Amino acid sequence: MNPSELLSVQSLNVSFGASTVVEELCFSVEQGKTLAIVGESGSGKSVTSLAIMRLVEHMNGSINSGKILYRHGEKEIDLAALDDKAMRKVRGKEIAMIFQEPMTSLNPVFAIGDQIVEILTLHEGLSRSAARKEAQRLLDLVRLPDAKELLDRYPHQLSGGMRQRVMIAMALACRPKLLIADEPTTALDVTIQAQILSIIADLQRELGMAVVFITHDMGVVAEVADDVVVMNKGKKVEQAPVADLFANPQKAYTRALLSAVPKLGSMAGQDLPRREPLTVIKDNQPQEVGVSRALDTARYEEAPLISIRNLVTRFDIRKGLFGGVTHRVHAVEQVTLDIFPGETLALVGESGSGKSTIGRTIQQLQDPTSGEVIFKGKPLAAMSKAEKMQLRQKVQYIFQDPFASLDPRKTVGFSVAEPITTHGLLDNRAAIDRRVAELLERVGLSSEHAERYPHEFSGGQRQRICIARALASNPELIIADEALSALDVSIQAQIIDLFMELQEERNLAYLFISHDMAVVERMSHRVAVLYLGQIVEKGSRRAVFETPTHSYTKRLLSAVPVADPGARRKRILLTGDIASPVRAVGNEPAIVSLNEHAPGHFVAEEAAKSINHQGEHHA
Amino acid sequence: MANSSASSNAPAKKLNLSRFKNLEFVLGILLAGGIGLAVALSWLLFPDGGRAVNLMARLTPPFADPAHLLGTDPLGRDILARVIIGGRISLTVGIVSTAGAVIIGVIMGLIAGYYRGIWDMVVMRFADIQLALPFILLAITFIAIIGGGLVNTIILLIVSQWVQYARLVRGSVLALREREFVQSARAIGVKDINIILRHLLPNLLGPVIVLMTINVANNILLESSLTFLGLGVDPTIPSWGGMLAEGRTYLQTAWWISVFPGVAILLTVLGLNLLGDWLRDTLDPTGRTRI
Repeated sequence: MNPSELLSVQSLNVSFGASTVVEELCFSVEQGKTLAIVGESGSGKSVTSLAIMRLVEHMNGSINSGKILYRHGEKEIDLAALDDKAMRKVRGKEIAMIFQEPMTSLNPVFAIGDQIVEILTLHEGLSRSAARKEAQRLLDLVRLPDAKELLDRYPHQLSGGMRQRVMIAMALACRPKLLIADEPTTALDVTIQAQILSIIADLQRELGMAVVFITHDMGVVAEVADDVVVMNKGKKVEQAPVADLFANPQKAYTRALLSAVPKLGSMAGQDLPRREPLTVIKDNQPQEVGVSRALDTARYEEAPLISIRNLVTRFDIRKGLFGGVTHRVHAVEQVTLDIFPGETLALVGESGSGKSTIGRTIQQLQDPTSGEVIFKGKPLAAMSKAEKMQLRQKVQYIFQDPFASLDPRKTVGFSVAEPITTHGLLDNRAAIDRRVAELLERVGLSSEHAERYPHEFSGGQRQRICIARALASNPELIIADEALSALDVSIQAQIIDLFMELQEERNLAYLFISHDMAVVERMSHRVAVLYLGQIVEKGSRRAVFETPTHSYTKRLLSAVPVADPGARRKRILLTGDIASPVRAVGNEPAIVSLNEHAPGHFVAEEAAKSINHQGEHHA
Repeated sequence: MANSSASSNAPAKKLNLSRFKNLEFVLGILLAGGIGLAVALSWLLFPDGGRAVNLMARLTPPFADPAHLLGTDPLGRDILARVIIGGRISLTVGIVSTAGAVIIGVIMGLIAGYYRGIWDMVVMRFADIQLALPFILLAITFIAIIGGGLVNTIILLIVSQWVQYARLVRGSVLALREREFVQSARAIGVKDINIILRHLLPNLLGPVIVLMTINVANNILLESSLTFLGLGVDPTIPSWGGMLAEGRTYLQTAWWISVFPGVAILLTVLGLNLLGDWLRDTLDPTGRTRI
């Protein structure tokens, strides 16, 4: 083992039961450097990190062969051969780990201060009062405001980003030499992700730690890594310094993966969204398939398909013995927009911005507090039952999680046929079966798949099934609510292309709800940016992305990690949290007014302090 | 793209599991079916209804006399005959009352969980009140008003047991109705009744079936407590629970009087349990057990 290396994994094999999950994996981590392990789902990247921590045994896996050498002072120790007792001393003290889900990795019944104090008294042998002081210092270290007060708070009182920072503080409690971060920012909004990434980078410099950063996001890799290991199906594909990997990928798989990543700014100078050829691997060689064509499908000269006028949706929060309303979630406030036939309108914003609520209201899954939804000139409120039912046929909804949006007990054929039978579009069994087969083939599956159950399919295939189901009733508008967020990038690129192909073919309109700015840039004709339930900027995709005018839009765009290590830049960092849409009764938010900044490009008026992220957190 | 996602090692695992599942089914059918058949044929096997008293042969131990294979009770009545005949009452009460409670409980739970609001309030507060009432108090009141007998005992058991199912189902529905596939069905415009029958009901049957198999045994024993207190079925008709209670006083001298009806209950419940497990897993296409 080279003296500059802190950790060296040699020919590691890990299996769960009969299936080998990690095969002959070799890589090493230099002291004080960041190694990113990148791969799609099922690549074995998380299992690798669990193997280093020797947590795989805990999950019924086993390390079959290989060494995990760790430099401990002058000695090298093989973590793979260590007994449980010795390993406990390594965990936390030498190597610490942070996980993806900050919501579940803190114990909800203890104050966070107590949870940090526990680690300090256990590992460092500090007295309780000294540990409490140290805990406060750690919370300061991860840039949490009011650290002293936070010690006595419970996890549910903190936002996701704050919880992840508490997790980092806990991981750093014993000054580990190696930090393993397993998708630490995947569950967070982009602006919060940018904060967390910069905190990890700063702390790494200050403490001289090495970091193993596990992620599926090439943008994050370009942002943080010194070296990169690309994994696929349990094997290492290639390892290279980050600049080399992005500039000159050696292996076909890496090239295909990089080409599938949507890059923010790649559509600069173009008015319309574009279908681009996909790079797929065929016979171990990357090949380009598909067409390159601008999508001129939007028909702005026609009347809008759906109009929303001054939509307000609020949710009451009841507290106390008699369930009186004390607070309200102001999910949507005075939103007005039009969706034209054949266009893709993107709603972007972070969690709590109300983007899903707008989609749910159009789909009649949610009743508006006030305001109107107008379909082809007729307000929803004035519609008869039959007309409302017809609206449910003409507007379809695709959900984020393809694993949750199909009934596990029904065959794929049943699910795809359900809109047809519900609306009585076809009357005999044979015709329905034919149509289902046709739809499945249309989305790139085969007709035999109708007999199978959802659990037999991968995430991408399930999302295709959901698209087939949405197409079954011949809709004019499809609301895609984060429909690409749960998918791997290569699958995501294929689904984006499928969406665009269907738009060309059927002149579909999409309401595309997403937090992913790069995907939005690829797909949409027009964009509306939401912040705390109000539109702060809307206009053509080109106007919003190339001349962002509102400070929030600018901040959102600058927070997106760009998959280009040469483009690391200083960004506009936010100090606090995303403000909460929960307000006390009577404390109504100010309604921003939109001004036409350029033809078709509307920007909200900004008061001096208006869209400043507030450092406050809500209970 | 259209490749199957099943991993290569799955078939081997599935095969082992299915062999075990088949064993579960065969054993379940043998036990529950065998006992059911014997009880159904008891009219032919023992035309005297197990009432034949033979004081000369009282308290014969089991396997001592080929005429009384499982021994006799203090009145010299044949235990084997009485166990099989006793199954008539016990199985009828256990199965019918459980089925009734399941039907009412599941319907109430579905309505309360799916529609929430006033339905939920009414059903659940009623359930809470009923859970707070001790069973014996409820039983005495109930029997005092409408009288004893087989049918009334069954009704009493249904009334006292449906609450558990309602609570269980309501809980599952509350979780399920927020799941995206239910939302997705609503988005398409599927009618409430179809959402409930096609999407909710199949997804919550698993835990209901488990509770059901336990409940059958429980109800067989409750019937005997009622009979013991003089609130249940006519005590002169043998039932498993009744025989258990009778044998209590002889437990040290003639263990077989209560042990054999106990074994009958045990085997029935075991058989139903195995069948229930098999049914639950067969209904679940993912092949995973989720409770």
